[in-house]
Amino acid sequence: MMADMRWTWFHRLASPPYLYGLATRLTPWFAWPAALLILGGFYAGLALAPPDYQQGEGFRIIYVHVPTAWMSLMVYVTMGVAAGVGLIWRMKVAHAVAASCAPIGASFTVAALVTGSLWGKPMWGTWWVWDPRLTSELILLFLYLGFMGLRAGFDDTQRADRAGALLAIVGLVNVPIIHYSVIWWNSLHQAPSVLRFGKPTIPGAMLAPLLILLLGFTLFFAAVLLVRVRAEILQRERAARWIGEALGT
Amino acid sequence: MSITGLPAGVGSSLDAAPSLAYGAGPAPVLAAARLALSRDLTLAFRKRGQLLQPLAFFALITLLFPLAVSPELSRLRGIAPGVLWVAAMLASLLALEFLFRDDAHDGTLEQYALSGQSLTWLLFAKTVAHWLLTGLPLALMAPFAAMSLGVPASAVPGIVLIMVVGTIALSLIGAIGAALTLGMKRSGALLALLTLPLSLPVLIYGARATELAIAGNSYVAPLQLLAALLVLAVTLAPLAAASAVRISLE
Repeated sequence: MMADMRWTWFHRLASPPYLYGLATRLTPWFAWPAALLILGGFYAGLALAPPDYQQGEGFRIIYVHVPTAWMSLMVYVTMGVAAGVGLIWRMKVAHAVAASCAPIGASFTVAALVTGSLWGKPMWGTWWVWDPRLTSELILLFLYLGFMGLRAGFDDTQRADRAGALLAIVGLVNVPIIHYSVIWWNSLHQAPSVLRFGKPTIPGAMLAPLLILLLGFTLFFAAVLLVRVRAEILQRERAARWIGEALGT
Repeated sequence: MSITGLPAGVGSSLDAAPSLAYGAGPAPVLAAARLALSRDLTLAFRKRGQLLQPLAFFALITLLFPLAVSPELSRLRGIAPGVLWVAAMLASLLALEFLFRDDAHDGTLEQYALSGQSLTWLLFAKTVAHWLLTGLPLALMAPFAAMSLGVPASAVPGIVLIMVVGTIALSLIGAIGAALTLGMKRSGALLALLTLPLSLPVLIYGARATELAIAGNSYVAPLQLLAALLVLAVTLAPLAAASAVRISLE
């Protein structure tokens, strides 16, 4: 009995009306802290933090670049875990979560690439450098696009779900392999023009806004994910009766 | 396209096929895999024209570079590893179209899934057959492409070895993508989008090992990393491909 009780919350999550209601109620709890943390973090990072002794004011793009790069990877892991749950327990709403993750993750990846490129121009003198992190990020974008492309290729939602989930898991296994291969590759072909920065310890006044923003972006992702999951559930369950009740029509 | 459309001579190897599906007791898994392998090889040798296509494609891509870059052998030698590996990757991508498509069309894959035998092993056998028919010829042809790019003959044994290891890994990784896109009408571009990012480590280590082989240095380290990828691909890729085929049959 105890074992059954312990898993009740999990089984309830599998019910679309329950998850829809939960997502509706939880969204503001993530959205408002996210808005406050991001606004506060940007103020602290752009106005309060001291300029870098080497990069001047230009380093401040780190406050967008690092959180987006961090999120691009975290969203992929979330997507892979949701896909795995969907595949193993045949949980339809988990597939809805995985499907909702992909466009968000791809957007974060694009944001990380664009800000990285903008940062590269003043620091490295070119818009693009085959730096291992930028290269990995670009490959990650292709992994997201492949996932979305595969899903779009099927008319049947269930097949799209299961095929996409398998691809997400294969991708999850491959991400570290690709990442370390790229690092290995780059260590052999280091472009001499690249200005190398050591790893100076970041002073607290610079680090604190970054940590605030990391948390803010994570909560922002959660809020956007919940909104997208609701939309995804509405679309999938559009024939179900509870939709009418939930929307009050 | 289908088995029934083939000349009667094919029957010799296909006679064994019923034991795969309706045998009284389950045949040992390796015997079933061997049957699947010999069936695929027999079928392929009845349609030899198809076998030449990836090879011709490989040769054609190699031809493009001297035309596009420069006919100077000294310059071509510098880009030879990249040319060989990009050409091999694209040729093996092109060949993936043949891996499961015909068998999905005529229901053979369905029979495999229903046979009670391990689908993983059967697909592994199919992938091995596919590599013997497309990857191995590529590896054997690579020296000619390499020599035409000004690579010294002393590098040839190394290039063949590296290509053999790399193309097996490419075939196995590609099998996942081919299985995932089964049943789609236009899968070419999508197959590339799925397969190429996953194959990048093979490209990185393969090209690096080839570069070292051409320069006459020891290429053991990248070859070992390539072999590690191969071990991982042999272990995991047939499992993933089998799940993907099952999903496509649902």
